[in-house]
Amino acid sequence: MANHMIKKLPKKEWKITIVDQYKTHYYQPGFLFLPFDIYTTKQVKKNGKKFIPKGAEYIQKKIELIQPETNTVILEDKDKLEYDILIVATGSKTAPDEIEGMNGPMWYKNIFDFYTYEGAKALRDKLREWEGGKLVVHITEMPIKCPVAPLEFAFLADSYFKHKGMRDKVDITFVTPLGGAFTKPTATKTLHYLLEEKNIKEVTDFNIERVDYENNKIIDYADKEVEYDLLVTVPTNMGDALIERSGMGDDLNFIPTNKGSLQTLDHENIFAIGDATNIPASKAGSVAHFEAEILTDNILRFIKGEELKEEFDGHANCFIETGNGKALLIDFNYTHEPVEGTFPFPGVGPLRLLKESRANHMGKMAFRWVYWNMLIKGVHIPFVSATMSEKGKKFQEVN
Amino acid sequence: MKKLIAQREIDVNEEGYLLDFNQWDKEIGKSLADENSISLTDRHWEVIDFLHEKYRKEEPLSIRGIKKSGVIDIKEFYSLFPGGPLKVSTLIAGIPKPKSCI
Repeated sequence: MANHMIKKLPKKEWKITIVDQYKTHYYQPGFLFLPFDIYTTKQVKKNGKKFIPKGAEYIQKKIELIQPETNTVILEDKDKLEYDILIVATGSKTAPDEIEGMNGPMWYKNIFDFYTYEGAKALRDKLREWEGGKLVVHITEMPIKCPVAPLEFAFLADSYFKHKGMRDKVDITFVTPLGGAFTKPTATKTLHYLLEEKNIKEVTDFNIERVDYENNKIIDYADKEVEYDLLVTVPTNMGDALIERSGMGDDLNFIPTNKGSLQTLDHENIFAIGDATNIPASKAGSVAHFEAEILTDNILRFIKGEELKEEFDGHANCFIETGNGKALLIDFNYTHEPVEGTFPFPGVGPLRLLKESRANHMGKMAFRWVYWNMLIKGVHIPFVSATMSEKGKKFQEVN
Repeated sequence: MKKLIAQREIDVNEEGYLLDFNQWDKEIGKSLADENSISLTDRHWEVIDFLHEKYRKEEPLSIRGIKKSGVIDIKEFYSLFPGGPLKVSTLIAGIPKPKSCI
């Protein structure tokens, strides 16, 4: 957003300040590949300072409190910042403490997450020496960032153990609180074969109550049990504790936000972007990227005193790894489920939607470069619009 | 597709979930509950009201959210809507069941 805004706002009238408590900026999609030694630790992190545009002030401190009534941000050392407009991009974080027994003595021993750098790295070390057994890939509850990542993890695990010549020693089970690994009609119909092909078992409608780490099993509220030797879980995802401290969030610390304009519902000069919001879009990096283009225009309208446009349609665009050097591509929004078709050029492609291909896998791999060199810098991706294009797609029903 | 519920033609998806919440009323809810062998009590209706409120605010539904709401504890939620409480309660309430993006 800073990269967008600095080009649009007159320097004499506006000052842009970025407050970030972290020195390292992580390429979070890379955490999926780290456990399987596909990416190295170096490939998923860079110094955040590199991406700060010239002319913006960069404060590397933790924020103690946001005080919307007085338009003030209080930093950890009690320094105060005043603002005319505040953009909140505090994201979402894993909260393993939410489930009894998860973040206990077996955390990072035979219970891991891969949504954090630390978790993905610890899991990589574990997988390097693991001799096999029951691998359970588990989602605690929705919403989570990158909702397909757990499924991708299961697919990549299948490939990984095949390549190591030990697939017969590993039993893979996918456990979800939802009705299935796939939940949309078209995706279920076109993609369910992947689970069968890769011999991944599915346990559905599993709402975890606790982890029995002494007996290596997860237990749900209906007393259903799933045993594991290695549990790879996606803990509850929550907004930053700062949002709770500032009294700005819902019960998961996500900020109630207008899903079309990205203005927060309680404060007209506070806007939210990415995972920090409660909007019903996918919590994915591509969503934040598309939101940024629309939010930039809306902030300019807000400054001029014009009415905001509710333009954001929930557009998300994601590559999904299916293992063995292949991937799928999905493109969807608030009202349209992912369907088959071509992308980005109608009828031409070159990428195929909802179909496995090597080209899609190359796209996913190239995306790391796109992220570091275009997304963070606020560069528009050619031919991909912020709102979803309906051209070249096979729609059967509109939800 | 159309389905006859409480003597009315209602638009539903392949799994029987209503496609248009505007077509829902208490009679429809009762009829859907009957199909699932559930006889609705005041406690059921309290939960359904809560689900409607979450739906109107477009807030995602989760077991934990239900627990935090204080409306009902989880064991009771399971006993009121056996066989997957969120799946069954959302069906009766005429709203979509929780989904992922694919």
